[in-house]
Amino acid sequence: MIGYNFAYLDEQTKRMIRRALLKAVAIPGHQVPFGSREMPLPYGWGTGGIQVTASVLGQQDVLKVIDQGADDTTNAVSIRRFFARTAGVRTTTHTADATVIQTRHRIPETKLRDDQIIVYQVPQPEPLFRLEPSRVETRRMHGLADYGLMHVKLYEDIARYGQISISYDYPVMVNGRYLMSPSPIPSFDNPKMDRMPALQLFGAGREKRIYAIPPWTEVRSLDFEDHPFRPINAPHACGLCGATDAYLDEVVTDDRGGRLFVCSDTDHCAERRAAGHVGAEGMKEAAE
Amino acid sequence: MSDETLLSARGLSLTLGSVQALQTVDVDLWPGELLAIVGESGSGKTTLLNVLSGRRAPDAGAVWYRDPAGRLQDVHAMPAPALRTLHRSDWGFVHQDPRQNLRMSVSAGGNVGERLMAQGARHYGSIRDAALEWLEQVEIDPARIDDLPRTFSGGMLQRLQIARTLVTHPRLVFMDEPTGGLDVSVQARLLDLIRSLVSRLNIAVVLVTHDIAVARLLAHRIAVMQRGRVVETGLTDQVLDDPQHPYTQLLVSSVLNA
Repeated sequence: MIGYNFAYLDEQTKRMIRRALLKAVAIPGHQVPFGSREMPLPYGWGTGGIQVTASVLGQQDVLKVIDQGADDTTNAVSIRRFFARTAGVRTTTHTADATVIQTRHRIPETKLRDDQIIVYQVPQPEPLFRLEPSRVETRRMHGLADYGLMHVKLYEDIARYGQISISYDYPVMVNGRYLMSPSPIPSFDNPKMDRMPALQLFGAGREKRIYAIPPWTEVRSLDFEDHPFRPINAPHACGLCGATDAYLDEVVTDDRGGRLFVCSDTDHCAERRAAGHVGAEGMKEAAE
Repeated sequence: MSDETLLSARGLSLTLGSVQALQTVDVDLWPGELLAIVGESGSGKTTLLNVLSGRRAPDAGAVWYRDPAGRLQDVHAMPAPALRTLHRSDWGFVHQDPRQNLRMSVSAGGNVGERLMAQGARHYGSIRDAALEWLEQVEIDPARIDDLPRTFSGGMLQRLQIARTLVTHPRLVFMDEPTGGLDVSVQARLLDLIRSLVSRLNIAVVLVTHDIAVARLLAHRIAVMQRGRVVETGLTDQVLDDPQHPYTQLLVSSVLNA
């Protein structure tokens, strides 16, 4: 640790990022530009999230890092080890024990508390990016709250597929003002953002944008009155722990069409199993 | 006709480089009236349209618009959000090239519904009903509501653009050569459509055209422009049958059966 600055970034950079964070918290859902730094991992692997985490991390914090809900995937393991080495902070895989959670593509199933911060890794902060190619124009649309175009996309989905076909990165209105990309979390997780007690921070490293949702802020998924927002999940129970209210991953188990649905949140699943819950797969194993 | 103008402009001047695009132009438009601005290309017609609609600021002069509440608004002094709101609700703009206005990767229904959704319509069923009704109004087969505009012909695209513009029932529509680039039979049908819609819905229109025949067919009043000046203005028949200004005389005599 000696000879290195706490949590990798130099203090001036952290100060700059914290200023951007303060502004982002003050204007919920508004994208604040920041001077994104080169980080020792490639763009798309969480350079934005890691910079935000580095700027909010203190010596007493306990860090959890998840990637697609899992604590044991490459990205999660690497970033957790990175902060263990550069900041010397304690790390955990238990959602309830963490004070800072950096995440890619999921919100933990365990309800977050008001003494926790969740940091999202964001590849593309602009929710209108596929609809309006000009950034000048999208900024103007945000400035004037001119979001008819986003509803045109939803209209097109219903006209073509009979339903809104966005299953992840489902656009939300924050505090009734700013249209925001929730990062590529499944739409299943969108309702968790609404009035969440924890502070939610979003970092996009390549796009050099930070945005935030303060605690207890209204976050509404866009929809039509006659086609209300409907979170999508596989209609199964977790094969390992039997949970029916958790987001499920589909795992192909053999080349004969065998598949298994399991919780994407590995910590949630492990805790349930430790508490004695058993899914269909676990019962099969017990019988053998 | 009411004695209160819907839109009036006084002393509009604009210099573009060394060109005097507009020289102290005055325009008045009453509710429900169709005003044609005619002149050869380069005479400042489109520039005038852009200045009247607030899309381009003049060097001097002002444009006043009477909003639905009866208050006069200085178009060029309005804050950007208010002007944008005006443009997507109370006003409409029909371009010569419908591709400039339409979203080519969005279905016909989505194109028509966009202005409604921008105004806050959030009921899919009623947006779709409005789109169907408007497609019918502009004589597009409602069965094509989910087709992409790129599968439409030029005349259909122009009619789709008109449906998209009129769906919010604007009081004032700016049209820039709406029949340009269409073949003659399609033009005639489109002119007929514009005329019936405008009179039925009581929409005021500022129409820019270089085609005297179009002006004669549609316009109540006409303003003739030459080199950035309005050289003659008056009732359409009066101006075209008894032109006073030499340039108007030239313009009228150069067109057969105008």
